[in-house]
This record gives sequence, C-alpha cells and structure tokens, in this order.
Amino acid sequence: MFEKLFGKKKSKEVAKDRLKMVLIHDRRLISATTLNEMKDDLIKVISKYLKIDRQEINIQFDVETENRNKGALIVNVPVKEVIRK
Amino acid sequence: MGKVYVITSGKGGVGKTTTTANLGVGLAKNGSSVVLMDADIGLRNLDVILGLENRIVYNSMDVMDGTCKLNQALIKDKRYKNLHLLPASQTNDKMDVTEDMMKILVEKLKKEFDYVLIDCPAGIEQGFKNAIAGADKAIIITTPEISAIRDADRVIGLLAASEMNDVKLIINRVKMKLVNEGNMLHMDDIVDILGLDIVGVVPDDEEIVISTNKGEPVSVKALTNSGKAYMNIAGRMTGQEIPFLNIDEKKSFASKFKSLFVR
Repeated sequence: MFEKLFGKKKSKEVAKDRLKMVLIHDRRLISATTLNEMKDDLIKVISKYLKIDRQEINIQFDVETENRNKGALIVNVPVKEVIRK
Repeated sequence: MGKVYVITSGKGGVGKTTTTANLGVGLAKNGSSVVLMDADIGLRNLDVILGLENRIVYNSMDVMDGTCKLNQALIKDKRYKNLHLLPASQTNDKMDVTEDMMKILVEKLKKEFDYVLIDCPAGIEQGFKNAIAGADKAIIITTPEISAIRDADRVIGLLAASEMNDVKLIINRVKMKLVNEGNMLHMDDIVDILGLDIVGVVPDDEEIVISTNKGEPVSVKALTNSGKAYMNIAGRMTGQEIPFLNIDEKKSFASKFKSLFVR
C-alpha cells in the first residue's frame, strides 16, 4: 500500500518488516534439529495409519508474543491415501 | 521490603547507565530511599555518570567477599541524602560473582532501601544472569533501532524463561523529526513488536552529553525534555498516573500511550 501511495517505501516500514522477519527466527524456542527429530517420530506414528509424503510435511513452532515460553506446534501433513486395515 | 528493578537492554550503548542514574535521582527527589547498584563488574560507569567516582573506597565485590560491611561500600550522593551508589569492582571479572552471591547482596539492600536499581551490563552472559538474579522487576531499555529492538527481544525471552513477569519498556533517544518523516520506527510499532507495557519515552537530547561531562544527571534540574521524561518515569514507578510527555512539536501522541499505562 505504501509503495503505491508514495512510490517508495518509508525506511521505517522497511525496518519494521526486516525486524519482524528476524524475530520470527530469533524467537524459536526449539532448534531445527529437535524439530526434525520430532518430525521423524511423527512420520513413524502417522505412517502406521496413513500414506504420506515425508517431503510434504511442514512442522513449525510459533511462540506467543505475550508469553515467550508458550506457543503452538503447527504440523501440516498432506495425506496421499488412508491405509485400510 | 524494597522493590528491586534490573535495568537491562541486551545491546550496549542504548542508555542503561544513564537511565539508571536518572531514575535513581527521580525516585530520590520524590522522597524514596534509593540505592543504585552497578552490576557491570570490570567496566563500571554508573559512578562517573553520577559524578561520584572520587568517593569510591569499597565496592560490591568487597561486600560479597566479606572485606567490608555493606554500609562501608555505600556512597551517599552529594545532592540527595536518600540516594546511594553501590559501585562495582573494576579489577574483578564478571565470572568472579555468582547468582547466589548477588541474591544475598540484593536481599540485604532491599531491607534498607525503598528502591534497588541494578544497572545491568550489556550482553546476555554471566554478567546479565548475575544482574537479574536478585531482581523481581525489569525495565528494558531500547532505542528505535532494529539492532537494539532485536536484542531487547532476546532479553525479554530470557527474562520470561527465568520467570520474571513484571517487565516494562522504556524507549530511549526518540527523534520525533525522523519519526514524523517515517524514517524512524514509531513508539507504537515498537510496543506492538515487543509486546510489553511501556513506562516511558525519552527524547534524544544533546543535554545528556553535557550532563555526562559534568557528572550531573539531567533529572537533577529537569530543564529539558529528557530530564522531564525521566522524572515522569520515576513518578510512574511509584504508582502515580502521569500522562506521557508530548515530545512532538506537531501533534500529541500522549493520548495513545495513556491507554497503555493504566494502573
């Protein structure tokens, strides 16, 4: 919106956007290694019931702004096929 | 029992020591008994900001290791008899102090004073851990710069992890001209990003340079906006409801902040 109105983004808008991106990374409480371990374990469990593509799984941990020790684990698992037993 | 605040920021050079000195003066002018403790062991500066560098005999290290009594290390301010400084050792290292040693010292201080303000060193290492160990409240200082805000955010995360719940924000060195041009982050943006209650905004002020040269905090005379802003913050710390200072020549943003500080 800013770009359309003024032709050029104000530097404070640039700072705000950059800061938000940096903080998303900084605020991660769980390391990428731990998340990957968790992902592997989840795949093992889920694969007993569903056919999934492990490349397609997205796992992330979002931290709350109000309480930095809390957050939400968001796992997105596209299912190829349900395994009928 | 006194209230114990740690003044911290993560990043260096954003005004922790200046703020500690000025809030100490502000609280003392309001009639409270105050001790300012320099926790920057090896790199002390609170003494020079207050103009008390020539009076130091003992320091907090001497108290902690039993070389002297607490009262021997405390330096009375030359302007306010209810304001005291507990200097840091300049010859020791931050690693010479433990969190337990700090807790014991702070316990002693809060029995004698209404307010204990701890000037935290920059960084998030042992010096930081020691400085926050005995505190039950924190004031985060940031400037409207991306690097300072980022570091403040890290510190906020670490304070939350150590279960410090009373954490408030001071935004220092605001240049309203740049804010109005859209070339400096607005205070509202910083509050949103960090998710803290704001206790004050301090405008950038050349008078700070002069006051540092002289060893007389700006809040002593409080003639310029920075001094007034510090006096207001000190007032808010004692529970007074003080509207935010209008540091903008054009339009008031004080009303916006008022809603953020209702107590």
